[in-house]
Amino acid sequence: MLKSLAVFFDYVYSQCRSVWDVLSHTFTPADTIEYPDQMPYLAPRYRARIVLTRDPNGDERCVACNLCAASCPTDCISLQKAEDDTGRWYPETFRINFSRCVYCGLCEEACPTYAIQLTPDFELAEYERQNMVYEKEHLLISGPGKYPDYSFYDVSGKAVSGRAKGGGQNEKPPIDIKSLLP
Amino acid sequence: MINGFWTTLLMVGGIMMLLVLSAALLTWVERRLLGIWQDRYGPNRVGPFGSLQIVADMIKLLIKEDWVPPFADRPVFVLAPAIAMFVVLAAFAIVPMAPGLGVVDMNIGLLYFLAITSLGVYSVMLGAYASNSKYALIGGLRAAAQMLSYEVFMGLSLMGVVMLAGTFDLRGIVEAQADGWFFIPQFIGLVVFLIAGVAETHRTPFDLPEAEHELTAGFHTEYSGMKFGMFFIGEYLSVILISMMTVVMFFGGWHGPFFPPLLWFLFKTAILVMFFILIRGALPRPRYDQLMAFGWKLMLPVSLINLVITAAIILSLD
Repeated sequence: MLKSLAVFFDYVYSQCRSVWDVLSHTFTPADTIEYPDQMPYLAPRYRARIVLTRDPNGDERCVACNLCAASCPTDCISLQKAEDDTGRWYPETFRINFSRCVYCGLCEEACPTYAIQLTPDFELAEYERQNMVYEKEHLLISGPGKYPDYSFYDVSGKAVSGRAKGGGQNEKPPIDIKSLLP
Repeated sequence: MINGFWTTLLMVGGIMMLLVLSAALLTWVERRLLGIWQDRYGPNRVGPFGSLQIVADMIKLLIKEDWVPPFADRPVFVLAPAIAMFVVLAAFAIVPMAPGLGVVDMNIGLLYFLAITSLGVYSVMLGAYASNSKYALIGGLRAAAQMLSYEVFMGLSLMGVVMLAGTFDLRGIVEAQADGWFFIPQFIGLVVFLIAGVAETHRTPFDLPEAEHELTAGFHTEYSGMKFGMFFIGEYLSVILISMMTVVMFFGGWHGPFFPPLLWFLFKTAILVMFFILIRGALPRPRYDQLMAFGWKLMLPVSLINLVITAAIILSLD
């Protein structure tokens, strides 16, 4: 009897305490950020509008390897490879259909040259669906994006436009295996 | 005679208009208050502080298709929401708001209140029965059982007040509290009445008839448009009704210093309405068998004991 009374008053106490706890939030400021009036803080790694970046010299980073298109779960990336006179690949067209994109970021992870990157700009609404399809001139930006010092061809060890093999960073000149005599 | 008729009509019309309007406004008040207590804003974009939200909601409800499901029992289906509103509005007739302000004075006002709120169960039951769907049926069953069992001690909890005041007339009860509100000698009665009142209006902790998480919307699952709106307004009206009755029975009605009586009455009612909303924001819903056990095994004995003790004290003091 006494024990069940104690349990009963414990229940009553816990209900009253819940009410009090809720009431004590009367003067707590709201956590809401009223979005169109106020901009929420978006982390630099927030995944929204996709851009194509350039390396520190101002050249396109993209080498049209197609890995982004292959990794895309919604197949919203399509590009056409072309080759310049030095033999370097570049995308002739690059198209992302943002009405299908799910902003998963797999293209960014797949990209070997940090060319394709996701940015925190999420305000992509359009009145016409066709305007959601971004061509290369819409995607390509003038800066290096999130990796300001990175240039793929400086560290890749490949000969490219005017620089022979071994001319990159942390590279030794190639060894002439034919002259390596005992 | 003619003059008296028109004043009465004006009084009835005015009070009804004000009640329906304040019940409509209460939908906004409730959402704002719940928002504040949950650390967010609630609707704040339509009009100043969002107070015109109800206008937007009203337009939305009115231009919705007024659809009656083909499997429903049409006349009863249409009648049920009307009963929900009518019964509550009729119960307001006996609430004495201030000296000289009130629709009608009955010497059995309290009995009238208990009788007419009991009719409220018909709106829920008929609505649920006419909907002809499983969710509505279960909601209606729960509503019927809950309202019947909670009505029992709702009446009993008020009998202590009746004994103290010596009358069933609500004006007499308020006047008897001129030098001491009844919530001090009848504190248990107040608690029991508030719990029964929450159950009577079927609001959260006791909203099992409409329990969104298990029954979609319970007895009004099949309702939409303004029919749903009438159930909704009826619920808010009964919140106001129970708050007003609590003020009349336990918190001295219009009595209070400095300010005019009507202001005191409305102020106390507003506080209680906010308390109702706070309860909704704080407490979870019990299981159905717990609800019934709580009603019959705890609340009923407590109100009976309260009644007996009050009677004994009154007799021994005489």
